[in-house]
Amino acid sequence: MSELKTVISDQIKKHGKGRDALMPILQSIVEKNNYLTNENMVEIAKELDISAADVYGTASFYSFLETEERGRYVIRICKSITCDMKGKGKVLRTIQDMLKIKIGETTQNKKFSLLETNCIGLCDQGPAMLINDDFYNHLTPEKVREVLVDYIRNKN
Amino acid sequence: MSVNLKIDGINVSVEKGSTILDAAKKINIKIPTLCHHEDLCVAGNCRVCIVEVEGKNKLEASCATPAEEGMIIKTNTPKIRNARKDIISLLVSEHNTQCTTCYRSTNCELQALSSEHNIDHERFLSVLKPHTKIDKSSWSIEKDDSKCVRCQRCVRTCAELQHVNALTVSGKGKEMKISTFLNLPFSDVVCTNCGQCITHCPTGALTERRYFDEVWEAIGDPTKHVVVNTAPSVRVALGEMLGMPVGTRVTGKMVTALKKMGIDAVLDTDFTADLTIIEEGHELLTRLKSVLVDGDTSVKLPMMTSCSPGWVKFIEHMYPEYLGHLSSCKSPQQMFGALTKTYYAEKNNINPKDIVSIAIMPCAAKKFEANRPEMRDSGYQDIDAGLTTRELGHMIKQAGLNFAELEDTKYDSFMGDSTGAAVIFGATGGVMEAALRTAYEVVTGREVPFKNLNILPVRGLEGIKEATIKIEGCLPAWSFLEGAELKIAVAHGLINARQIMDMIVAGECPYHFIEVMACPGGCIGGGGQPIPTNNEIRLKRIKAIYDEDEGMPIRKSHENPEVTKIYADFLEKPLGHTSHKLLHTKYRKRNRY
Ligand code: SF4
Ligand code: SF4
Ligand code: SF4
Ligand code: FES
Ligand code: FES
Repeated sequence: MSELKTVISDQIKKHGKGRDALMPILQSIVEKNNYLTNENMVEIAKELDISAADVYGTASFYSFLETEERGRYVIRICKSITCDMKGKGKVLRTIQDMLKIKIGETTQNKKFSLLETNCIGLCDQGPAMLINDDFYNHLTPEKVREVLVDYIRNKN
Repeated sequence: MSVNLKIDGINVSVEKGSTILDAAKKINIKIPTLCHHEDLCVAGNCRVCIVEVEGKNKLEASCATPAEEGMIIKTNTPKIRNARKDIISLLVSEHNTQCTTCYRSTNCELQALSSEHNIDHERFLSVLKPHTKIDKSSWSIEKDDSKCVRCQRCVRTCAELQHVNALTVSGKGKEMKISTFLNLPFSDVVCTNCGQCITHCPTGALTERRYFDEVWEAIGDPTKHVVVNTAPSVRVALGEMLGMPVGTRVTGKMVTALKKMGIDAVLDTDFTADLTIIEEGHELLTRLKSVLVDGDTSVKLPMMTSCSPGWVKFIEHMYPEYLGHLSSCKSPQQMFGALTKTYYAEKNNINPKDIVSIAIMPCAAKKFEANRPEMRDSGYQDIDAGLTTRELGHMIKQAGLNFAELEDTKYDSFMGDSTGAAVIFGATGGVMEAALRTAYEVVTGREVPFKNLNILPVRGLEGIKEATIKIEGCLPAWSFLEGAELKIAVAHGLINARQIMDMIVAGECPYHFIEVMACPGGCIGGGGQPIPTNNEIRLKRIKAIYDEDEGMPIRKSHENPEVTKIYADFLEKPLGHTSHKLLHTKYRKRNRY
């Protein structure tokens, strides 16, 4: 909890105690913990003196502000049309086979979550995906396997 | 400064800052709307109110577009009609169009729009989400997302008028919905049950939880003695449910209707409103004495009224450390309930277990209040069901009564006597005015120094009203108040209540006594009142309330003969032992988030 309080108060110092601070706070918590817990949202509401429903409304609007438990690495594969036409289907199947999870799920060891995203602006280099903030382009089943094996072996 | 424009060929001039919609209204051109509500800020999200502005090629939302000098507007062209029909059809395509089984049928803005525009089902495929569950968790409010048009009037109401922010818009695109925190059931979130979101909802998505079937059941049961008490503000609004003009006083017809429906005793909540004044007035004077003479720091000033259960729940959630400021008096509804199953039962020789006690209220919060575990001081649930003015309107229709033609009947006795002071409980400032009429006289032996007993500074729709009354010529028992200036304030709408609470928190509250009503305008604008409610309607209902007061032979609570009698026969004295047991209550801290 105290770590959370520091995150919140740091942002309040920067942006003031008004609603302006809400987005930066939400973003920095997600950056740290990958998702917002219900308690996080209540805590933010308290600190900013706004209602918890307000915080929830804002958080649920943005795709990148997760309100459900997620793994340490969140894979977001582009579901928009260009990537789809360039072979996203095969890439997605490869990921699902390797991690044994479907879209929306998290691996048992809480390392990976698999989600879809709308276009991430890499249409000319599709199929594309993000793992947290890093992007991967020109994906093929082979390439995505390499990427994931690296994460499985070398990252915690 | 004013701007001049032309709408449908007619010149009109309006204040700068007005919208095209305002300008059209001024010359009686009706532009259909949906997300717009006079009480709320502009949202501009439904686009039903589109118009053509010469020189612009896209249609503009008239509720959200400022009127500008020289604008030429058309409100009714084939292009507009087509677009509008598409917009309404799209709303209908995601809507659960079960009007036949909908509580808001014939009083629904979406239904009216689609009927006016002759919307057909073929235009767009239905994309209604199947299996939406209705949230019936709350004692007061029901929420049915399948009837929601996402106009966000409820969200704005709860934020702008009540500053509770219980409702938000969650998700986006086709997942977007009106939601509580984490979409929790209504019963579990910070909500005051005020029902303002209901009266501002254009459709049947938000409604009060209805209890009239249970009431019909009780009426039909020969072993039950059904007692009804009707709140002051119901008599000036019920007519609207039954086709009468806004502001019609229907007290006598309402009593007749209830009797014809088979209610055994039709009594007046005014009786316990008067009793509230006696108890609360003495509580105030006692508190003043404790603080001013005895220097007792455990006693809190300002004292705040407690007859509005939406307000009570608000302070329990938002300012639980300040509950000591609330008067311990129950609301008139709950005093009535407690007395019905004790005093009334005893006097009439009826076993309280056979009494079904029903309150007809302008209020959604009183449904919750009736179900509070604290409200069982008679040994039974003091009020078995709280109905809204709207529910009573429906019941009268169900009974097949021709309301407008009914003769007038007087309330039954006893607990049916009323005074003008009790009637004005229905309007913001009324409790304060009634309390002053009595308290001043208790202390000085003279009438309040206002012409005709009308304490005008506390009347009207201003958010926070204040007044100072100098107390002079005290009777010996109250000499400690000699020369004192009693400072009072009146707030209605919880956003104004919050302002006062923040003054108290900051230690900067100059008042001794404060009246708070959760609903804008007081009970006449309550969450259980006929829909629509807006300021024009509030003012007409308020006028009817004060007319009713002026027409009463007795206009001071302490002169209500039945009140005098109940102290002689049953309660002994104000704030006495029996009063404490039956008429006063305790509050509790609730979760803030
Ligand atoms: S909300 Fe209105 S349109 Fe919808 S079912 Fe009810 S009456 Fe009909
Ligand atoms: S619940 Fe009613 S007021 Fe709220 S968005 Fe839906 S239709 Fe509008
Ligand atoms: S009942 Fe009142 S407090 Fe509750 S959601 Fe509706 S407007 Fe807000
Ligand atoms: S469509 Fe996939 S990145 Fe644009
Ligand atoms: S009424 Fe104007 S946009 Fe909804």
